[in-house]
Order: sequence, then C-alpha cells, then structure tokens
Amino acid sequence: MNPIVKMEDISYKYTKDLVLEHVSLEIPKGAFLAIVGPNGSGKSTLLKLLLGLFKLQKGKIEIFGEDIRRFKAWQKVGFVSQKANSFNSGFPATVFEVVQSGLTKKIGLFKFASKDDKKRVKKALESVDMLGYQNRNIGELSGGQQQRVFIARSLVSEPELMILDEPTVGVDSKNVHQFYEMLEMLNKKLGITLILVTHDVGTVTDKVTHVACLNKKLHFHGDAGEYNELDEGELSSIYGHGVQFLNHDH
Amino acid sequence: MISGILQFEFLQNAFLTGIIIGAIAPLVGVFVVVRRMSMISDALSHVALAGIAFSLLLQKSFLSLAGLNPLYMGMAFSVGGSLFIEKLRGVYKHYQELAIPIIMSGGMGLSVIFISIADGFNTDLYGYLFGSVSAVSRTDLYVILAVGIVVVLTLTLLYKELFLLSFDEEHAKASGIPYKAIHFIFIVMVALVIAASMKIIGILLVSSLMTLPVAASLRFAKGFKQMIGFSILFGEVSVVGGLFLSYNLDLAPGGTIVIIAVLILILSILFDKWKNR
Repeated sequence: MNPIVKMEDISYKYTKDLVLEHVSLEIPKGAFLAIVGPNGSGKSTLLKLLLGLFKLQKGKIEIFGEDIRRFKAWQKVGFVSQKANSFNSGFPATVFEVVQSGLTKKIGLFKFASKDDKKRVKKALESVDMLGYQNRNIGELSGGQQQRVFIARSLVSEPELMILDEPTVGVDSKNVHQFYEMLEMLNKKLGITLILVTHDVGTVTDKVTHVACLNKKLHFHGDAGEYNELDEGELSSIYGHGVQFLNHDH
Repeated sequence: MISGILQFEFLQNAFLTGIIIGAIAPLVGVFVVVRRMSMISDALSHVALAGIAFSLLLQKSFLSLAGLNPLYMGMAFSVGGSLFIEKLRGVYKHYQELAIPIIMSGGMGLSVIFISIADGFNTDLYGYLFGSVSAVSRTDLYVILAVGIVVVLTLTLLYKELFLLSFDEEHAKASGIPYKAIHFIFIVMVALVIAASMKIIGILLVSSLMTLPVAASLRFAKGFKQMIGFSILFGEVSVVGGLFLSYNLDLAPGGTIVIIAVLILILSILFDKWKNR
C-alpha cells in the first residue's frame, strides 16, 4: 500500500546553516507517528514543509500520492497548531463558530454552511466531548478544553491525515494524558492517520504506533516498540547529552 | 426634526446616508478590530483627504472639472492608499505597522500641498474634515448606497473566509483558501467605507465609527455574529442620534456622532463591570 506521506531527501535552510539534512520518511496509512526532538531540531520546519506553508528547497514530498507542489485537496489534511501562537484568547467567537470555521475550505468560496454542515460540527464536538460548550465563547475555556475544540475544528472536515504541532503546550499536566487518549481514539476508531510533533517523549510512546527522532537528521524511525527498546546510551546519541528521559507510568 | 426630514431634501440625504454608513462602518470595523488593524482606517482617511483636496484643487483650476464630485477622487486615493499599505507590509515584513505612519504622513503631506496650491482652506474642505449635514447631495447618496450594497454583499459572501482569517491566520493559510486575495478585497472594502463615510462624519473622525461601536460590543458579545449585530446597532444609534442632535443644536455632526459612540462605549464597559461584579 502506498504511504500517505513520503518525504525523500529533504534539506532546508533559513540562512546559512541547514536545519534539516537529508530527511527521508514514509508514513503509512493509519499510523500514529510521533516526531520527537529537542528545540531547534527542525521539527516545526518539517511540519511547515509538509503543510505547504514553506517552499521545498531540496528533496521531494508526496502527499496522498501526489507531489506536494501540485496537491490541492488540503481538506483531507487537518492541522492543529500550538494554540498559544496563533490565536487571541479574547476573540469573540463561540465554540460552534470556531469549529464551523474548519469547514471553510470544504464548503467553498461564496457558499454558506448547510444543515448537514451544522450536523457535522455537532458530531465533531461530540467526538471530543465538548458538545455542551458549543455556545460558550472560546476564550472562557481552559487550555485543555480549547485544544479539544481545535481538534474538533480539524475533525469537522473529516480529514484522513491530521498534523498536530505540540498540541499539549498550555494544557495542564493532569489533562495531558486524557488528551492523548482522545488522540488514540481518533486514530483507532476513526482511522485517521496522525502526525504529532512533541517534546513530550515519555508520555506519548505508549500511545503512538511509530516514532521518528529528528535532530536536523532523522536519527531513528521505527515502530514504538523498537523505540522503547532503545537504551539510554542510544537515546543520548540521538538527542545529544543532557536530555532527561522520564518514563511516565500511566 | 421629523417634519424637517420630510420637507428638506438635504436632510433626507443626510439621514439616509447616515443609516447606510451607520451599518457598513461597524460591519467592516468588526473585522478591522479583531484583526488588530484599527490604525489602518486612520491612515486611509488621511489619504482620502489628499484625494478630496486634489479634487477641490482640480475644480478650482479647471472650469471644465467644476462638477467633479470629490467623493470619487477620495475613493480612488483611499483605495490606492490601501494598495500601498499592502505593498509596504510586504517590504517591512517584521515591522508591518510601519506601513501605517508612512501612508498616513504621506497622505497628510499631499493634502497640505494641494491645499496650499489651491490657496488655502475653503468651507467645502472644512465640511470634509469634520462632517456636515448639509453637504450630502442626492448623487452622494446614490454613490454611498452603491458602496453599501457592494460592501454588504462582499462581506456576506466572504464571511466564513474572513472569519477564519481573523480568528487564526496560520490556520487559514494552511487550509488552502486564497487568503491573499481575500485580504486584499477586504482592504479595498475598508477604503471604500472610509471614503463613503467622510462626508457625514468627517475625515478626522471616520475611523471612530469603525472602532468605537465594535469596542463597545466586544465587552459582552457572545459569539461573532452577535458582535456584528451589536456593533451595527451601536453604530446606528450613534449616527442617527448624532445627526439629530447636530441638526437641533447646530453642531458638527462628526463630533456629536463620535461623542455618542464614546458614551455607549463607557456604558458598555460599566455594564460589563457591573455584570462581573
């Protein structure tokens, strides 16, 4: 079966120094992949390339079997960003309005949301367990609840691939575990392929199916079981020294 | 007052125009405010002033142009200014707000030059600066009505895209909507509304009608549609109330409209405080 995402020999630089070096990665359909790596390892750059927000300098990306430069079906791809970066918490929008905005591309220019679209919004809210909050202003919710709303906003267009950039930043630690359980459910029950960028190494490895360790180069790529077998020496050689690995026992 | 409206065409023009701008200025203003672009309307109104001054200069210099409505030139300059702002925001990617003082002072500089060539201030220009009830002609009313229809249609058709762009620009870009084109159309709409509003409210005060009603409804609106509704309501109360007072007390309408909008803003802040006691 063809992979959903196929990256071949990606290199990227902003000014002089390469932030990504010869990265090749294949992501099979149905995977729940965690891309982990320290700050400045090129994780966010890789995501932005994958979302078509940055132009490729070297290498090739295929997404749903199509060259990313020609790819148009972006409604198949859901994106959840670090909410702290991209959203102003005083914004006067209800949860329902926010989730419905996820349908913008799918509904199309000059068209209005239909009854079916509104049903989709409710269904998406239901699957993240936030239906009861649909008429609340988004700014009144906690970080974890807001992030669930943003997941629903991505879910509403029924994506086949969902990309999450450090989604647990701003979610308090006791809700992080629940949050990952919800992602696991989306992956297993709805069959959505997930790519999660995180520094939360310990917590995710028992939820994800695959792990990719990035630090400019791709240092490890395999299934979660293999990753958990790595000993501390091997991990240090991947991340550099001085990084602590906590194994959360949930 | 009511009998005056029935009797005098200029009052009908002023009130009907007022009702149109009382709706479209806050409507555009909602998106301007939530996108943190409030200063853009100030910059564009100063550019529109240059257009008005240029048009008045042409009228004075060339007899054949005496019938030219300054509104057209004001609109042309204002739309032109909006294009320059976009260009400058691209040039100064990391200091995007710089575009605003550049365009604002450029517009003001041009205005002063045109006024001095025309050999000083005249009453027409005074009306444009501070607003005037008597200055609105039937042609102005029709032009402003056309602008109103275009603005309302455009914002209705692009509502969901503009909402997404305002709420989360990064997500809008990632979702693959033509955000550059939409942003551009939006800026042109802002420029048109500014040019349309300046006859009644005055160039120096026009941005207030875009921001004050929005600032007031921001205090308590539940959701975006409600915020638009309240903003338009407050805009209408300010304009209609302001025109009424200005006619009866013989004051400049721009000032009375803005002061009513400020009072509404203060009341809504107090209401919000009282509610969250």
